[in-house]
Amino acid sequence: MSTSQWLPIRDIAAKVNGGELKAVDLVERALSTIAEKEEFAAILATTEVRARARAQEIDARVSRGEHAGSLAGVPFIAKDNFLVFGAETTAASNILKGFDAPYQSTAIEKLEAAGAICVAKANLDAFAHGSSTENSDFMVTKNPHDITRVPGGSSGGSAAAVILDMAPFALGTDTGGSIRLPASFCGAVGYKPTYGLVSRSGVVAMASSTDVIGPMTRTVDDAAVVLNVMAGRDPLDSTTIDREDDDYTSFSGDLKGKKVGVIKEYMAEGLSTGVREQIESAIEKMRTAGAEIIEVSLPTLPAALAVYYIICPAEVSSNLSRYDGQKYGYTYDQAADLAESYSKTRSTGFGKEAKRRIIIGTYVLSSGYYDAYYKKAQTVRTKLIAEFAAAFEQVDFLVGPTAPTPAFKIGEHSSDPLQMYLTDIMTVAVNLVGVPAISIPAGTSEGLPVGLQIIAAQRQDKDLLATAKAAEGLLA
Amino acid sequence: MADLTRDDILKLAALSRIDLTDNEVDEFAGEISEILKYVEHLNEIDVDGLQPTSQVTGLVNVTRKDEIQGYGYEPKDLLKNVPEVEEDQIKVKRMIG
Repeated sequence: MSTSQWLPIRDIAAKVNGGELKAVDLVERALSTIAEKEEFAAILATTEVRARARAQEIDARVSRGEHAGSLAGVPFIAKDNFLVFGAETTAASNILKGFDAPYQSTAIEKLEAAGAICVAKANLDAFAHGSSTENSDFMVTKNPHDITRVPGGSSGGSAAAVILDMAPFALGTDTGGSIRLPASFCGAVGYKPTYGLVSRSGVVAMASSTDVIGPMTRTVDDAAVVLNVMAGRDPLDSTTIDREDDDYTSFSGDLKGKKVGVIKEYMAEGLSTGVREQIESAIEKMRTAGAEIIEVSLPTLPAALAVYYIICPAEVSSNLSRYDGQKYGYTYDQAADLAESYSKTRSTGFGKEAKRRIIIGTYVLSSGYYDAYYKKAQTVRTKLIAEFAAAFEQVDFLVGPTAPTPAFKIGEHSSDPLQMYLTDIMTVAVNLVGVPAISIPAGTSEGLPVGLQIIAAQRQDKDLLATAKAAEGLLA
Repeated sequence: MADLTRDDILKLAALSRIDLTDNEVDEFAGEISEILKYVEHLNEIDVDGLQPTSQVTGLVNVTRKDEIQGYGYEPKDLLKNVPEVEEDQIKVKRMIG
């Protein structure tokens, strides 16, 4: 499973531009791998008709002597919460079943302009609510390493697709860990950029103050190449920020002299023995390679999950109010009046987790409880931000595990929502603070992948990628 | 403070325009009370003198000129997913009885 049929993304594009590889062949290879690996239920739909047509266009451009872009002919898979032409966009929810995107996400447009070709839509927890991809309204994605286990979530289809070699890269979204966690569980690289670095226009919103989108790949280099195309300000997303770097791919990873803080709270109790061993060994290798290792404490970190599970459902309850059966998507057609149309559409169209989050969100935002829950959570968020800022005065990067355990069994947590929420305990703080983070493979525990999480200060995406590349070299 | 009753859940469901089944009401009352108990640990944290944060990268009031901009979308594209359309308008059910 460790060797890939795909070359590094940069090399694929170079060979397509040089006429040595044909985009049409690459698309066929991706589609046939998707068909062969159907049992893992990673893919909701292919965009094969459009993908084949786009591949022909790219090959035609190359044969006319044009340069077809930095991602020419590179197939990729988008999580099904990205608006994409060529297949329906459902966010794995019944309420969006049949939705035919009237326009594409900015991220998809940018990737297409660079020559990349979307071949399929990946499964997710419905509306990205979950940590296992079991909450999809349509099917449960399986872990590529063990079909009885979850791939993590919510970008579980994307992570599994990359490791099953269906395409050189996939796109995910990360609101509380949904790129990094499945990357960790499947053995992929998952990159969560600084909040606002990549436009979310045309991506189904979950919690808007923390949602980001990012690449899922086999290598840090590939993640950088994809980020480099997507990053930057977009008039269609007013939360976007300017690029810090003209080129996110030109780095040489070197750990010498880098100050790396090991997060004390993430190495505390609750961490499984196997994960601890791999993370400690990874940190030792970074020390040997010249990094200065310092233990760092962020005392409010253990409260981050509680902050998140107030802020996230609050924003979810607001973002999901638009699904009312009138403007698009599923509608309950037997209603006598508008009020019944709303409530019947929403009660039959939403799955249980979406309903649960809407109810919690409505409660924490309601008059009389707003100060005690929502405002309190937003204020503790300020404290977390201050602690991260203080830590980054002291060190260049923070490290720890991405998750306390390797992939769990399908069904293990699905009857207890609080246990499922606890899966995100090491990923949510990064989203609340808006900093970039990456999960890279760091060995295995009982045959299952373990992820090392590396975190940098806001807008230090390029330095983070450089350090992750250096660490990746040590852990390979 | 948070032990949600069946009535609380029903009220929240009505505010959210969601009909819940009896089973869902029972389940949610238990599960959500449990989740709220967990998040109430925040009460132990001292936040004296701190302000709430809702935007993390420091952007303030991002605006543009109030002019119509063409994004290349045709009304028919934007209306193609609407369940019921009449004369390019979204048709909804009767609102007042």
